[in-house]
Amino acid sequence: MSAPLILASVLLTSLSGGAALALRRRPEVGQRFATALLVTGALLGIAGALIALGGPTPSLAFRWSTPGGALSIRVDALSALFLLPILGVPALGSVYGLGYWPQATRGASSIRLQIYFGLVTGAMALVCVSANAILFLAAWEVMALAGFLLVLTEHERPDVQRAAFVYLAAAHVGNLALFALFALLGRLAGSFEFAAMAGLPAGAAASGWIFALALCGFGLKAGLVPLHFWLPGAHAAAPSHVSALMSGVLLKTGIYGILRVTGFFDAPPPAWGATLLAAGAASAVLGVGFALAQHDLKRLLAYHSVENIGIIAMGAGLALLGRTYAQPALVVLGFSGAVLHVVNHATFKGLLFLGAGAVHHATGTREIDHLGGLSRAMPVTAALFLVGATAISGLPPLNGFASEWLVYLGAMQATLAPAASPLQLALIAVPALALVGGLAAACFAKVFGAVFLGHARSGHVAHAHEPPPAMIAPMGVLAAVCVLIGLLPVAVLPALSAAAAEWARLPPDVVTDLAAGGVRSAARISGVAATLLLAVGAVLLWRRARLRGPQPAAPTWGCGFARPTARMQYTGSSFADSLVLRFGWVFFPKTRVVIPAGPFPRHASFDSSVPDTVLDVVIVPAAGRGARFAERVRAHFIGRVQFQALLVVLGLLTLLGWYAVW
Amino acid sequence: MTLALLQIVAFLLGAPLLPGVIGRVKAVFAGRTGPPLLQPWRDLLRLAGKGAVFSRTTTWIFRAGPAVALAATLAAGLLVPLGAPAALVRFGGDFVLFAYLLGLGRFATVLAALDTGSSFEGMGAAREATYSAVAEPALFLGLVSLARSTRALDLSHMLGLQLQPVWWTDGPALLLVAVSVFVVALAENARVPVDDPSTHLELTMIHEVMVLDHSGPDLALIQYGAALKLYLFGALVVRLSLGALAQEPWLAFAAFLGGQVLFAIAIGVVESTMARLRLLRVPQLLIGASALSAFALVLLLR
Repeated sequence: MSAPLILASVLLTSLSGGAALALRRRPEVGQRFATALLVTGALLGIAGALIALGGPTPSLAFRWSTPGGALSIRVDALSALFLLPILGVPALGSVYGLGYWPQATRGASSIRLQIYFGLVTGAMALVCVSANAILFLAAWEVMALAGFLLVLTEHERPDVQRAAFVYLAAAHVGNLALFALFALLGRLAGSFEFAAMAGLPAGAAASGWIFALALCGFGLKAGLVPLHFWLPGAHAAAPSHVSALMSGVLLKTGIYGILRVTGFFDAPPPAWGATLLAAGAASAVLGVGFALAQHDLKRLLAYHSVENIGIIAMGAGLALLGRTYAQPALVVLGFSGAVLHVVNHATFKGLLFLGAGAVHHATGTREIDHLGGLSRAMPVTAALFLVGATAISGLPPLNGFASEWLVYLGAMQATLAPAASPLQLALIAVPALALVGGLAAACFAKVFGAVFLGHARSGHVAHAHEPPPAMIAPMGVLAAVCVLIGLLPVAVLPALSAAAAEWARLPPDVVTDLAAGGVRSAARISGVAATLLLAVGAVLLWRRARLRGPQPAAPTWGCGFARPTARMQYTGSSFADSLVLRFGWVFFPKTRVVIPAGPFPRHASFDSSVPDTVLDVVIVPAAGRGARFAERVRAHFIGRVQFQALLVVLGLLTLLGWYAVW
Repeated sequence: MTLALLQIVAFLLGAPLLPGVIGRVKAVFAGRTGPPLLQPWRDLLRLAGKGAVFSRTTTWIFRAGPAVALAATLAAGLLVPLGAPAALVRFGGDFVLFAYLLGLGRFATVLAALDTGSSFEGMGAAREATYSAVAEPALFLGLVSLARSTRALDLSHMLGLQLQPVWWTDGPALLLVAVSVFVVALAENARVPVDDPSTHLELTMIHEVMVLDHSGPDLALIQYGAALKLYLFGALVVRLSLGALAQEPWLAFAAFLGGQVLFAIAIGVVESTMARLRLLRVPQLLIGASALSAFALVLLLR
């Protein structure tokens, strides 16, 4: 029942943009129709995923003429859980697009955007349900290309072009790794069907390579440090609802891939889980560090995706370690934490990007230090953004806390391990998570404080206004999901632990006991959260009773200074400065200072930025040097046909010789 | 059950006495008589009866900040054993909720400070956010060491009767943890050597400068919340260093209250004999506390 629903969803979402093209003479109708198609498709798919979660695993298969390929799909619990955000966030994003990127005023760029938006949604859904390597790779390629075209929506801007080409290059390097990965897997299993790959022994010589390739290929898509370099530029350059889709769910296909491929193997070696855990911890700490140093609202949010992918990878690494050392509690907690964080990050990061879009829409700038005081002009947006900011900082009673708590608890299982067990090294996850939590809260205090609180810092804010309802409503839905999962984590735990059991092939009765314990703890969290809300309400009521009647208003206390200006406020950069200093060992900040000179200085300025260490400090200079070297070598051979022919012959002979020897 | 409820009553009523004790100790060191022990309660009641002045820059965030901070501290109090054998609510991993509830309170205070648009309060907020981010790993490393030595994942068991035999076997490690948690308690509660609560220069303050614009009942909420937070950290330090002193619950409760007084006296002694550190040195102190806890963990894991 649910497999046809999901198939219909893939087709409907992929083709939804066609409606906008067909009805281009009546742009408003066209965009509404396309959005309705995408939302219907997404709802069908979500219904299918929910049915699949509750019942037996559905699958479908058709013949396909491609060698080794088959059009087979299978919706197990892992796929179904990923499908929920992967369809939900784009559906809300397309509704947001009605107000943010209207076809009536944006014309062709909006039509293009809608076509690729639908296509990438369908491709992501197909990636999650395909049960054949060739089909998976085909869907993956469509997803990568559609993502590239989405980033290029404003293709006339040079910074967008640069970001898009970096993305394209990174995506294809990743694809190359995936082709190699599935070639090896196919040879090991004797078939390209995922069903044949289940239960492979991890001891085989090729499996180490398979894991390394998966970490590179899928890690590049997910944005694990140091493979994150394409991500901040691409996510900042795209329109905001596209950023929400890319940051919220497109990255998660990388996590899905890692979980899927590691799920094929029995008893993975300890190095796999340890590597994933270490990579996750590095991504989480460095991601939030880079985020603190950013001045561009959307680049900052993009770096936070690196951080959250790190937290997810830590959970996945713990789950793998649990399988290695036969610790079912570790498997269930790590896996549940990782997958729940996938869902949670999709909701709050989607919400934050949509909120950033609303700010950009209202003020025309993304510079954090040019904004300020927006909570007066945009109170609803500010409140919704605050929900997202609190959730992403992992603070109770919102959903970010629920998933981080599961990962914490997973890591804490290592304290119960016997002495001298290498599993104890998993405990590094705990201080790493604690540090990341503190830094993330600092970072979002900076963002929310600099953008929404205080005085306006520039004229951009003067005409700020609340966005249209089509943009508010999707944010409201996402915020509601954040609150619901945060207050009632109990509702999602059973599905998560069942998925963990299926992924790790654990006996169901082991998991039932663990899940029961988890449900009890989660119920207590809900209890404390309810007490918290009641206490807030009671204190506010007390306060209101005390402060009856109008209270006197005055300017902010300036310690005696009589003429404060908005430019004297603490900026976002100054707020984060003392934390950014702590990352001096990995940052290469650029500052330009024009010092005031002479007794009557005319001009002084200060400008600072922290470029991405991997892209701007390593890759771009190295690539430039490589290109210059190649150019010099080429200069010797240009115009000498005999010499070039000789090179071709030598190349062919080398290849032939290699083939003969091998 | 009576004791479980009584510990909450003691928490709600007794917390403002801790700053009273600290003030008295500092007065004795300075050769003064000092204010009566109940002075913090009088201040709270006086503030609660006053009106408030609000800055024209502020929004609802500023008004909600103190309420959220106090409510979060109250909720955190449900999770810590405050003298009775167990906390009101306990479950595996409750210490994460405890730390993050305090984080929520801090987040609300920081945002309320930024809402005023004052650069002084911005400075205080930035320092609070910075130092607490650095203090968080120290606290969690300490709690992990505790969990490892007691083989328990909830605060009630981590700080319960199991601690007594563990002090005999893992004494050095627990001592390191206790020192580290004490340093975190000083930092989180804005005490010397991290912050000087009695300073009069806005440029050097941390916690006090964040609440410069709050007045009347809001200021009462903030000060009450700060006292409750001090009591919670006192509970961690006391239970960790003394364990549950006696098997008999009422005796243990009395010992716990005595321990809290000792904790306040210790803070008073530190404040009277030390100067505040330079702001740049504070992260080093906190990283040092993390290093102590990490070393304790290594001792326990070997």
